[in-house]
Amino acid sequence: MSDEETTADDTADDETPAPESAAPEADISSDADESGSAAPSAERYGAVLADDGVLHTDAEGYLDVAAAAKDDGFDQLIDLTAVDYLTFAAPRGLPAGHAAERFEVVTQLINHESGERILLRVQVAADEPMVPSLFDLWPGAEALEREVYDMFGIEFAEHPDLSRILMPEDWIGHPLRKDYAVGSIPVQFKAASNIR
Amino acid sequence: MTAERVLRRGDDSAVLRLSEAEAAEIGNDPTTPLDDERVLLNMGPSHPSTHGVLRLMLEMEGETVLRSKPVVGYLHTGMEKQAEQLTYLQGCTNVTRMDYASPLFSELAFSLATEKLLGIEVPERATWIRMLMCELNRMSSHLLFMATNGMDLGAVGMMIYGWREREEVLRFFEIVTGLRMNHNYIRPGGVAADLPDGWEDEVVRILDITAPRLDEYDVLMTGQPIWRDRLQGVGVMNSDEALALSATGPLLRSTGYAWDLRRHESYLAYDEVDFDVIVGTYGDCYDRYAIRLNEIRESMKIVRQIVDKMPGGDYRVQDKKVTPPPRVRIDESMEALIHHFKIFTEGFKVPVGEAYASVESPRGELGVYIVSDGTATPYRMHVRGPSFINLQTMPHLMKDGLIADGVAIISSVDPIMGEVDR
Repeated sequence: MSDEETTADDTADDETPAPESAAPEADISSDADESGSAAPSAERYGAVLADDGVLHTDAEGYLDVAAAAKDDGFDQLIDLTAVDYLTFAAPRGLPAGHAAERFEVVTQLINHESGERILLRVQVAADEPMVPSLFDLWPGAEALEREVYDMFGIEFAEHPDLSRILMPEDWIGHPLRKDYAVGSIPVQFKAASNIR
Repeated sequence: MTAERVLRRGDDSAVLRLSEAEAAEIGNDPTTPLDDERVLLNMGPSHPSTHGVLRLMLEMEGETVLRSKPVVGYLHTGMEKQAEQLTYLQGCTNVTRMDYASPLFSELAFSLATEKLLGIEVPERATWIRMLMCELNRMSSHLLFMATNGMDLGAVGMMIYGWREREEVLRFFEIVTGLRMNHNYIRPGGVAADLPDGWEDEVVRILDITAPRLDEYDVLMTGQPIWRDRLQGVGVMNSDEALALSATGPLLRSTGYAWDLRRHESYLAYDEVDFDVIVGTYGDCYDRYAIRLNEIRESMKIVRQIVDKMPGGDYRVQDKKVTPPPRVRIDESMEALIHHFKIFTEGFKVPVGEAYASVESPRGELGVYIVSDGTATPYRMHVRGPSFINLQTMPHLMKDGLIADGVAIISSVDPIMGEVDR
């Protein structure tokens, strides 16, 4: 992820409100300025995520963007999850300089004042699946990050208790990864002689 | 030594961050309890007041809970993984099993997300039927809360009363959907079937029965000094804490924070009906009880308006790619037969993209996040279960309280473990 460091800084420093359609990496301050007429993300993202702003970042810039969002009134973390893009090259609408990685952690924040919601997307490499924890900003991230860790094996640095939450503690593997088999129980006919 | 490290850990956090292995080690350690008389107590997963299979690890000093940790996952069946194997039409049968006390909300959120991806709009009547069923479901879910909350706090009669009223609603659900629970009634494109003849009478009958019985609840519980003493000032939380811990629903509203998706991010046709958002003042167990009791009344108000305003028309969208053709058409038309067969075997394809749809379930914001890769099954389906997230407030509510109050707190958070564990 080292080749993305420069972009992360660019994103964080970009203070000018960007035009709505041509600013996939429009930073948080420009989003707040437009809160009345939130940019339709359909153009920005190239996906059908209606009424939501999308912010792309990488693991280095993640915490800064999140902190800026909190300062701008995004007072609650609604949701945090991950997607494993191992078998699907999704059109992720990444801004230039951000490479698509195997995992994407998606965080949804809400600003109750303006009623605005934004999605924070961070690309997480498969060989070093690690992003900073949002626990210090929103303690409500704790269980959700544990769930993502449990299900995807993505680690959250500085998380107070990064342990499995749904699977047993000694479980091996991360079930929601795409290379984790679904598993099945052989169904046998009643007439078969070797019923288990 | 683990026990020393854990039990004397000098943080004032409410959450006991201790793994099960560490806890077991302490349990086997003959030198515990230590001289400060702190003990680890395990509560659940099969405990009558833990609403299913919630387990709590409690760090106790006498009868006082210092730190605690909810341990979940006993009901985990990999429903999000399973959703990746099921078509969008089958998806509702999966999500409906998550929050089994209010299954229609999961179906609704899943359907809304799918419809967002498909870019279809459901007919007006389907929207209003969805609203009717969801508000009835909110009633039945809160009535279940009334029953279990009463039982947890020693008002055992209340358990029977709450169940009695809930059963009236479930009987109506059975008439409409064929099932008391796990309906698979709200589907992408509309609802599975139109309301049966005479549904208005049945709904009005339920409302007429329930209204005076809620007043009886007031007599039995709301004004009773024992009931109030048991709940007031127990499990207090303020708005900032609730927001920080991502709490939604009655838990957030009990702190005086008016936030209801039906009002503030109106979906379906909630902007066309008149209702109040109930908020509390103190953020204690009593407020959460009172909010739910009065939300039943608000839901009844909404249902009455729906009965008056129910529009005519189709109950599902007439999009041959999404909706199975009517039974009679299958006998007449080869194409209808093909469509029917395709929809139920392969399912319908959903365009590439992703969508998040959220609804105000009886427990808070229930969201469904779907990533579609253009096939007939979701590439990824994530459910933001309000029970799962609200559970995080529990250690903070229980901190420095008595263990007997812990039971009231578990009850007032009202987690449904099917949704917590998914």
